[in-house]
Amino acid sequence: MNDQNKSAVAEPQDRAPVTKKDLTADHPTWCPGCGDFSVLAFYYKLLTKRQVPHENVTTVAGIGCSSRFPYFVQAHGAHFIHGRALAFASGVSLSRPDLHVFVFGGDGDAFSIGGNHLNHTARRNIKMTYVIMDNYVYGLTKKQTSPTSPIGFKSKTDTWGAKDRPINPMKQLISSGATFVARTTHTNPNHLMAMMEAAMDHDGFSVIECLSECVEFYPGAFDKSNPRKGGEFHEVPADHDVTDEFAAYRLAAEPFPGYFGIFYKVNEPTKNKNEADIIKASSAKFVGRKPAEILQQSFNRMK
Amino acid sequence: MSEQTVSASGEPGSRPGRSISEIVIRIAGNSQDGIQSIGGFLARLAGRSEQEVMTFMTIPSTISGGPSVFQVRIGSGEVLSAGDEADVLLAFYQHSYEGHIAHLREGGIVLYDSDHVTVNEEWAGRFSHVGVAISSLTIEAIGGTAKDKGKNIFALGLLAKVFGLDTNKLLKLMDERFGGKGEGVLQNALNAYHAGYAYEVGDLLETFHFLDSTRRDKDQVVCSGNESLAYGLIAAGVRFGAGYPITPWSDIMELLRRELPKYGGMFIQCEDEIASVSMAIGASYSGGVAVTGSSGPGISLKSEAIGWAVMAEIPLVICNIQRGGPSTGLPTSVEQSDLNIACFGGHGDSPRVVLAPRDVEDCFYTAMEAVRIARQYSVPVFILSDQAIATRIEAFAEPDLSALCEEIGPDFTPVPTHRPYDLSPEDGVSPHVPPGTRILDGKYPVVTGLEHDEMGHPSGAPKMHMAMTAKRRRKLQKLASELPLPEIQGPDSGDVLLVGWGSTWGPVSEAVNVAATRDSSFTVSAVNMRHLNPMPEKLGDLFDRFQNIYVVETNDGGIYGYGQLCMILRARFCNPKIQGINKTDGLTFKVREILDAVSDRMALAITA
Ligand SMILES: Cc1ncc(C[n+]2csc(CCOP(=O)(O)OP(=O)(O)O)c2C)c(N)n1
Ligand code: SF4
Ligand SMILES: [Mg+2]
Repeated sequence: MNDQNKSAVAEPQDRAPVTKKDLTADHPTWCPGCGDFSVLAFYYKLLTKRQVPHENVTTVAGIGCSSRFPYFVQAHGAHFIHGRALAFASGVSLSRPDLHVFVFGGDGDAFSIGGNHLNHTARRNIKMTYVIMDNYVYGLTKKQTSPTSPIGFKSKTDTWGAKDRPINPMKQLISSGATFVARTTHTNPNHLMAMMEAAMDHDGFSVIECLSECVEFYPGAFDKSNPRKGGEFHEVPADHDVTDEFAAYRLAAEPFPGYFGIFYKVNEPTKNKNEADIIKASSAKFVGRKPAEILQQSFNRMK
Repeated sequence: MSEQTVSASGEPGSRPGRSISEIVIRIAGNSQDGIQSIGGFLARLAGRSEQEVMTFMTIPSTISGGPSVFQVRIGSGEVLSAGDEADVLLAFYQHSYEGHIAHLREGGIVLYDSDHVTVNEEWAGRFSHVGVAISSLTIEAIGGTAKDKGKNIFALGLLAKVFGLDTNKLLKLMDERFGGKGEGVLQNALNAYHAGYAYEVGDLLETFHFLDSTRRDKDQVVCSGNESLAYGLIAAGVRFGAGYPITPWSDIMELLRRELPKYGGMFIQCEDEIASVSMAIGASYSGGVAVTGSSGPGISLKSEAIGWAVMAEIPLVICNIQRGGPSTGLPTSVEQSDLNIACFGGHGDSPRVVLAPRDVEDCFYTAMEAVRIARQYSVPVFILSDQAIATRIEAFAEPDLSALCEEIGPDFTPVPTHRPYDLSPEDGVSPHVPPGTRILDGKYPVVTGLEHDEMGHPSGAPKMHMAMTAKRRRKLQKLASELPLPEIQGPDSGDVLLVGWGSTWGPVSEAVNVAATRDSSFTVSAVNMRHLNPMPEKLGDLFDRFQNIYVVETNDGGIYGYGQLCMILRARFCNPKIQGINKTDGLTFKVREILDAVSDRMALAITA
């Protein structure tokens, strides 16, 4: 594969630092003013600050406005199918410990069609960072009710106002077994950056709910959390114990705008580690053997 | 009773110690009696004696207990199917006796447990009945522990005596099987075996011995189709898999879960089939070729993601171990009704490759070919096996592993530039470059399910969709041009060509052999199709040499009267001579059923 090319090139030894320019790809197709722009801006900032080798970043997304993310990042990326980005990203993370895997997507992608994958990726504690860009609406398909749309929200599928009770993202993420659960908003850049950094540093499945306004179909949805719009922004109290699951639920039970910050964070073995241990134990007997020799042993038992 | 069986085993009761070249033994009891394990011992023994062997078994759908059957056909020559009729029925219970007598040939032997079975007087004259108090003799032999399980080993001893089986080899097999389970277990087994072997069948029953095998070329291995397939994947270099349990696919995932870590790989049990296929695609995207699989309804769930892999051009292997459908259908029976979903089960134009193994041995090589094609063409490849092949045991020549095994670790050598969907190669093939690879011009690929330009960025331009659709199709056309024509068994032109695929091949091929011994007004030949999508380019030329082409399939003739492969072949070749022979009873074809169908059709064709 690409053999001709490969023999011809030598990898440049010293590398210039990765800049925002290096990371910028297609101009985002989002509506002007869409909250998703901030998340993208701070992703660039995170990667330039951390100077992760460019080729070792993999950006994965499902389907939705927010999920267009990988096209706007100049790095290896995959734009997968609606709701299944976490399963895809799990395959990447488990088979390639050298990669930093980031997943971006919307509330429908995360909590509706992808809800079960979210639960299981969380409980397996597969190492990756997942940012749910929650706009309380289906943006790409143009204003249908989402699982986070509040009661009374008038969408094209609930012209009289939504009746189904919305999910509580924080409660659901905590109960899913995620080992890092945080909440932030696109209108508070420093906070968003701090959460992204903490999530990236977490050894396990880290998930952030980032309120990200859809100016087209749900303008003003998050004004109450934005001091510049007369709202209030409450950080998680300084004395909150992030390892206390019940305390985390109590924070999550606060009505909108609620709290922002790290609700829950514990260290548990990752599936990446567990699988590596299984491999180590199973392959111990075969160190230095070629696959054909290992397979031969299985065939000998079938004689 | 097939004619071969007649000539092979002859009339019972004529002469003791008679030599035979082939025998079909049907063992019927309850699953907790260890029916499968007697069958397994017989099959492994035959394998070690360079004999050919093929088995048929039913998996009871209940979890514990329930009637269970294992049919084993052992031959000193070629064995192509599990046999239409049994020569010997070993019946543990009344229900086993009554339920399976119909599978015994006229004049065959019923060996029954006289503790549980009462002979039906009507059948007494038609079959030779030999009663042995298997249950009470076993209890006597293994010291009154009255373990139901010992019965099977007692019966094995009995069969070993009657058929002159190699006791030393059998004892060694038992040692391998039970040795690790503690002294007591092995000792009980040996006691039960010797008691069975020492039992005086006397005048009740003649004894036999097998003719030397005609095939002594190589060491043989004995395993099921699912095992063969799973090991083929490992040999091909697959190191990642993901799946969700469903019969009869589950054994493959269980085996890979256990084995892959030895090679530094892993298999993940997922929350459902959608996650499994998605995770496998994620792993393939990261380099290498990953596998997922399922049966029946699970395949439907994977359809959307498989379409993505076609669009994004990511290699992937999907095992579909077909069972009866639709829906939950017949979970433990065979059917070949997933050809359409394998070839066409996606939204949009989504060309993918479909291969079908024809027997247990072929599972190994088909799996290897699937991985090779997936990698070379960056395309999803279906392995369309079926319940019959998956669960039966066969002996076959051991593959030369050191020559065959491949290592396909990803290559991360930096490249100066990379276009994931390069339109310039005429054959449409553009290799995948996994993440972790540095791309020196700083332009990184996005792999995507949206229609895209050469860099993977979204493009809905009409010209781009036309070009990319053609690219994805051309890869398969290139593959078709490279595929070998299937070998013809029998005359290479003539009156009848049978087309088999998957588990129909065994009986189809045997039907050709049987037809050749008959005095018939027409010739019968056959081909097996491993490459179902795409098909070898020149297949039409081969069909043109025959007057009648019958596609033998275990699926329904459908609304228009043609089975699934038959329909595709007719559409492809516009050849009205292509007709179908179909059935939907959930069982593999009997040789006789195929020959009868051919005779009927030919009688019609001749009188018409
Ligand atoms: C299987 C499938 N069903 C439906 C769709 C259509 N669809 C695309 S995005 C989307 C919802 C997007 O909402 P969300 O995940 O909240 O993302 P947003 O656009 O709001 O960022 C839907 C229903 C699809 N692409 N695939
Ligand atoms: S529709 Fe809403 S979510 Fe989508 S880009 Fe526009 S503002 Fe953003
Ligand atoms: Mg949304």
